Amino acid sequence: MAKRVVITGLGVVSPNGIGIPAFLNAIQNGVSGIQFIPLYEELNMSCQVSGQPDFVWDSLQNYISEVSFHGLKGTNIAYGITAALDAWADAGLDRETAEPHWDTGCVFGNSAPDSEATKNVIQKVDAKEAKKLGSRVVEQTMNSGVTSYISGRLGLGNKVVTNSSACATGTQAILMGYEYIKHGFAGRMLVGSSEYIDPYIFGTFDAMRVLSRKFNDQPEKASRPMSATAGGFVPGSGAAAMVLEDLDVALARGARIYAEVLGGSSNSGGQRGGGTMTAPNPAGVMRCVDEALKASGVDPQQIDLISGHLTATMADRLEVQNWSQVLGCSGKNFPLINSVKSMIGHCLSAAGSIESVACILQIVHGFVHPNINLEDPNPEILNIIDQDCLPMKMIKKEVNIVAKANFGFGDVNSCLIFSKFNK
Amino acid sequence: MTRQEILNELKGVFAPYTTNKEALNNLNDQTDLIADLKINSANLVDIIIDAEAKYNIEIDYDSADKMLNVGSCIDVISEKLNQK
Repeated sequence: MAKRVVITGLGVVSPNGIGIPAFLNAIQNGVSGIQFIPLYEELNMSCQVSGQPDFVWDSLQNYISEVSFHGLKGTNIAYGITAALDAWADAGLDRETAEPHWDTGCVFGNSAPDSEATKNVIQKVDAKEAKKLGSRVVEQTMNSGVTSYISGRLGLGNKVVTNSSACATGTQAILMGYEYIKHGFAGRMLVGSSEYIDPYIFGTFDAMRVLSRKFNDQPEKASRPMSATAGGFVPGSGAAAMVLEDLDVALARGARIYAEVLGGSSNSGGQRGGGTMTAPNPAGVMRCVDEALKASGVDPQQIDLISGHLTATMADRLEVQNWSQVLGCSGKNFPLINSVKSMIGHCLSAAGSIESVACILQIVHGFVHPNINLEDPNPEILNIIDQDCLPMKMIKKEVNIVAKANFGFGDVNSCLIFSKFNK
Repeated sequence: MTRQEILNELKGVFAPYTTNKEALNNLNDQTDLIADLKINSANLVDIIIDAEAKYNIEIDYDSADKMLNVGSCIDVISEKLNQK
């Protein structure tokens, strides 16, 4: 019999708050984490703003051994360790163990290994100094670096997987962990994703001319999903993690249960039917949402909130159109919809996990966070849904069911359905 | 440089790679890097690189293979310093 899967721990490193209390306060109050980055001006980037967590490097010493800390340079690894270990502690679990936790696995995603760490390798090798690289570079330049640090620190002994599916990575990691537990392969999964946007990753997106460039002097206004003046996304860095548990395992140890994962789906539009490397095939998106709802046994009318992908590009209108069509509702009948990206930018691989943590907090604390920078909603979006569906201030209300989706390059989609936990 | 001086300096070289502070404080010629200092064998490479930088010497593979306890580390470093 399929297991029910609940969320018992949360951790987050977000541009607008590190740790759950700070992040909760930030999303309730519409606090932006977007800053002007002088280096990007110096490097002649068109976009010169970014969402960067106010991360104190030395805080890592509270998470890993002195020996492990010495020689660690990968920022995405640092974000991932922090979020994952915070989620673990939040679930009331002990970091120290002599035996591996054979029943606990890890799915943690990222899009690229730390390219600052990779740059160090390239420079030394080109200077004919490969011998001086030392022993700590492989673990920081391999794609599974983050997962390896997390699982090693906590002694996780079940399936340990690094997933990567561009901007759908975070939601997909949660879905994969959910599926392992649902089918009885693991009792507990630590899931999440991390992303560090360094100048090299930033530059590749800047080159595509898909980034915000008209608000460099007003960084907090630069990320404007669904706005008429949305002019591209703002890259962001960070990480988030969740502890997922088999309901029986959670109940047996008396764990606090935040919410339940009812189901989800992950697919691809096959880069057909309007889908390309960079744009989603609407049929794939709608199929993904539809499958997630069916797998969860949820009717579209039951959805209280959509946490969209909504990056602040031309794709926002298409996304709202797809939601409207697949849910079979529009105008005032459409659910509330919001985008965490209005506050933190687009954290690429980390987007899905950070935004999913926001979903859980909205369920637990009974509110819908505001869309900031939406004074001027895109009229084409208002042709599909009513303006009341787009909260610009926090709404206090009971939130039972949230649909969360992310869509990524390669025409990949992931959708999750979260619910308030009901025995 | 005397052997004792090198030994004292090696404490600083080993420090980032060991969590066994007691063994580090009681360092002597017989102290084994892996068994006593609990240094991860992969990190021996880093210790060699750090020692090369500290003393401005080059430690070849054959010499590096000998550096398993403190006495042999001092032997190799003294030998390379004398060759300078």
